Amino acid sequence: MLSKRIIPCLDVMNGQTVKGVNFVDLRQAGDPVELAKAYAEQGADELVFLDITATIEKRETFVELVSRIAQNINIPFTVGGGIQNEKDVEKLLNAGADKISINSSAVKNPNLISKLKNQFGSQCVVVAVDAKWINNDWFVFVHGGRIPTEIRVIDWCKKATELGAGEILLTSMDHDGTKNGFAISLTKTISELVNIPVIASGGAGNSEHFAEVFTKGKADAGLAASIFHFGEIKIPDLKIYLKNKNIVIR
Amino acid sequence: MKVAIIKYNAGNIHSVKIALNRLNINPIITDNKDEIISSDKVIFPGVGEAKSAMEYLKKKNIDKIISELKQPFLGICLGLQLMCNHSEENDTDCLNIFDSNVKLFPPKLKVPHIGWNTISNLKGELFNKIDENSFVYFVHSYFAEISNDTTAETNYILPFSASFQKNNFFSTQFHPEKSGNIGEQILKNFLEL
Repeated sequence: MLSKRIIPCLDVMNGQTVKGVNFVDLRQAGDPVELAKAYAEQGADELVFLDITATIEKRETFVELVSRIAQNINIPFTVGGGIQNEKDVEKLLNAGADKISINSSAVKNPNLISKLKNQFGSQCVVVAVDAKWINNDWFVFVHGGRIPTEIRVIDWCKKATELGAGEILLTSMDHDGTKNGFAISLTKTISELVNIPVIASGGAGNSEHFAEVFTKGKADAGLAASIFHFGEIKIPDLKIYLKNKNIVIR
Repeated sequence: MKVAIIKYNAGNIHSVKIALNRLNINPIITDNKDEIISSDKVIFPGVGEAKSAMEYLKKKNIDKIISELKQPFLGICLGLQLMCNHSEENDTDCLNIFDSNVKLFPPKLKVPHIGWNTISNLKGELFNKIDENSFVYFVHSYFAEISNDTTAETNYILPFSASFQKNNFFSTQFHPEKSGNIGEQILKNFLEL
């Protein structure tokens, strides 16, 4: 049976891991390569690295970091943040990343998804969607959640899938950093809407939240950051908990 | 040990190289026939599309030499699929090494099949020291049917070949280079053949 995936996410700024609470207030959380190795050894199924300064600052340091990560871990990892075009993607894949995650640039230019699909295959194209609940619906936000759009999350996820996305990384901005649990109903809606895996993100505070997002939320993978970085949930403990709930876990 | 990774227009070649580097092997990445023939081990990786990959191999005349090779040969993911008879992906005739055909998963569950799944009915040296039902990492939309050459099976929507072996030809549908310590052991097993 295909297992549900546990994915620690490392937000990277100037080569260091950081995590925003509700996308502001950054706290330092260690060296990305050391963290990555520790997570791989603990049983993380995959890792995500987001370069949160990429749109503003130079990207070369991030490409070097990606190369160092690839040399040090033996599980798949996704990288994202500020990817604009095929050239950026090619550099990151050549540095050893397995998948890339695009967000604002795909919203601005949806054809980027199909271009990347045709050039590199949909298996490496993760479309990250930042969702916020406004006026009784979920809307897409871009540029690290700073700028609203008038695009409904369900419309965008459907379109991204049709254009060739391989996975959707779905973050509820309303839940992110709260530790009160994932956006279950949003995750379920999207996971049932699209025929590609959905990675739920935002709101994990304890092991029960993961069980909930896998069963009620129908997520294929659960992503979290600070609770892992600060050891509030240990991945081996989380996996035992989920196995005891009869959820398929590696 | 001289290890050649066959270069063609498919992704993921660098991941395999980096994985071998972690095992202190520095492979060459090449589409040169003589370099491939003179290597001790040959790896044929790749994530990509079957038709254009076969066309590239034909253009470089690599398609003909592959089935003649005598050294241990490992196809990974698309590599495995191209070693079968035929792929439904753009109706592509493949290398006829493994007696199996490649088909698109019926969309009963999500496709592509992405993530960690188990391998069972393990046979052959590639799976030395590997337990039944070990988890390995898959990313694919097409699958190879189970045949007499099958040496590992996985179930997603239906049972399919996670690995084939015929003489010196080995292959995995999953990515050993991304399958943690289990995958590392499988790569070591191959390198020790």
